Amino acid sequence: MGDSANLRPVETATATTVAARDLVKRYGDRVALRGVSLAAGRGELVAVIGPNGAGKTTLLSILAGIQTPDEGVVEETPSIGWVPQQPALYGKLTVEENLMLFARLERSPDPRATVDRMLDLTDLGDRAGDQVSTLSGGNRQRVNIAIGLLGEPEVLLLDEPSSGLDPRQRERLWEFILRLAGEGTTVVYATHHIQEADRYANRLVVLADGESVFDGSPRELEQATGTTGLDFEQAFVEFLRQRGH
Amino acid sequence: MRWLLLKDLRILRRSPLLVALLVLYPIVIAVLIGFALSRGPDEPEVAFYNGLAGEPAVVELGGERIDLTEEGRPLFDEIDPVRVDSRAEAIQKVRDGDVLGALIIPENLASNLQSTLEPGTVEVFYNAEDPAKKEFVENTIEAQVQRANAALTKRIAEEALDLLELISDGGEYSFLGQDFDVLGLARAERILSEARQELPPGSPAREQLDEVIDFAELARENLAFSDEVLAVVGEPIRVRAQALEGGTTSLSAFAVALAASVSLMFITLLLAAGMLAIEREENAFARLVRGLVSRTTLLAEKAGLAAACSSAVCLLMLAGLSLFVDVDWGRFPLWLAAVVVGALAFAALGLAIGALTREVRAASLLAFMLSLPLAFLALVPSGAVAPVLYDLIRAVSAAFPFKPTLDALDAALNDAGGLAGPLLHLAALALAFGVLSRIGLRRFA
Repeated sequence: MGDSANLRPVETATATTVAARDLVKRYGDRVALRGVSLAAGRGELVAVIGPNGAGKTTLLSILAGIQTPDEGVVEETPSIGWVPQQPALYGKLTVEENLMLFARLERSPDPRATVDRMLDLTDLGDRAGDQVSTLSGGNRQRVNIAIGLLGEPEVLLLDEPSSGLDPRQRERLWEFILRLAGEGTTVVYATHHIQEADRYANRLVVLADGESVFDGSPRELEQATGTTGLDFEQAFVEFLRQRGH
Repeated sequence: MRWLLLKDLRILRRSPLLVALLVLYPIVIAVLIGFALSRGPDEPEVAFYNGLAGEPAVVELGGERIDLTEEGRPLFDEIDPVRVDSRAEAIQKVRDGDVLGALIIPENLASNLQSTLEPGTVEVFYNAEDPAKKEFVENTIEAQVQRANAALTKRIAEEALDLLELISDGGEYSFLGQDFDVLGLARAERILSEARQELPPGSPAREQLDEVIDFAELARENLAFSDEVLAVVGEPIRVRAQALEGGTTSLSAFAVALAASVSLMFITLLLAAGMLAIEREENAFARLVRGLVSRTTLLAEKAGLAAACSSAVCLLMLAGLSLFVDVDWGRFPLWLAAVVVGALAFAALGLAIGALTREVRAASLLAFMLSLPLAFLALVPSGAVAPVLYDLIRAVSAAFPFKPTLDALDAALNDAGGLAGPLLHLAALALAFGVLSRIGLRRFA
């Protein structure tokens, strides 16, 4: 996934590429989202964090068009790549066949070239002929992300992209994502790894019980809790505690 | 849709166990049914000991010789006799399971019939290890014994009629090598009438002769009806059967339609339900319906794939069965229509199962569990259960594709009834289950 040594987020964000306002989503009696809004600009890296059941996956699913909100508006975005938490791949097909299938379904003008580019980008050229069911969790996730990028989207939504990966795989994954952001792709990702949010995100959106309780940079969150100097994860826990979550 | 089809075919190709099962299953069914039909369930193997062998199997009745071997021929019309040398050997063959039953003609059958003091008795042995076998042997052998009995009765009645004619009309009669001239009632009446005329009028003997002449006349006239009476005694009940509903399909031909329907149902249901559920298990469904493929297109692709595969396998199975059973290849276009429309209806049902269960194992289990009762219900005959229950069974059968598929295949293969009705029924079911599966996809992701 490239040799980039710079693992700091890109600091520049321009025009808004994805925006949603006042989203409400209910599952029966349970309210998963309560008036959540989010906007991100070109090249921006936005981390959506929060406790389990906070509504992170629901928010990303609505942005991706998988689910429709009960209330609120998602502004139409020309192209959104979506990478679900569980790799959405066919285990009986090879890496290359998976990529080729989705490239064709995405109506890529040159599926062969697109697949070759993705194999190169994800460093999976030597595993192209392997069935996905034989790959490690990390490699599956790389194919999963590659499929999300096949349509060369302006916005990439990732749900827990590094879950199940070892530290080295995580590092390579973030090299890859940062490079995408550096090339102008807007990246919105949900994560449980608070340190990853701190390290790579320009902006944090904190969800708790379906509500957006914070939208700002990691430093702003530390300042909001008055916990500078603490470990960021501790600062985050303190932030939630102060707000009654 | 083309790329999805290719993808699914590739996945099937890489599931050798599943493909082997899908291909081998109908072939095994075809061979088993074909083997069973070619053995001919109507002609079960029955050990046969003839105690009359070596002795003249002839009974003399009224001077007429009746060949028991000839009269007992109906016994062998519908069984395949395995001739043995003793009663014990016949029984052992039944015990060993070599034959379905044993039929013993005892040594004293001819003498018993000759004496007419007691009826001739034949023995039947069979294993009653399961009720179906017991019922089958009882019905088959006893029916054949009844037929032989009836034939013998008719033959004896004919002999009795000859004797009565002899009594009525008189004539020559041979018994134990000696010839007799029997006077007969007609001649006796004539002689008496001639004798009466020689008596003087008013003679008391003339009145007595008149009584005897009247008796002879009355007896002769009544004996003239004896042929009808004996015919009724020989065959008191005749059967005139007429089918009011359904075709004239033979059991063998119906078994072919049944085997094809069962195979079509299993394969299509399992494929359609499994292939849809796998999209969710692989987490690919949400990715696909994010603008790449519509839900309806996805359903159509799965239905087409399942119907095409199962139709091909079903036609292969019918081709296999044609090696054993006569099928009319001239009706192939009708077979094809019945198989394809039936497969589409089963595919729609399979998709509904896949959409509702949402996982491959549950979908397969439900498809399997649903198939057996559907086949069973479709085969319940009228009159076998209470009328209300039968109406309920018919309604349930009509709500699923098995019964109309069986009707369509029976019509297509065996020219039993119209084909258009079952095809329209199947089309309506395909539409209904298609809509149900589309609704089920709303909560599929």
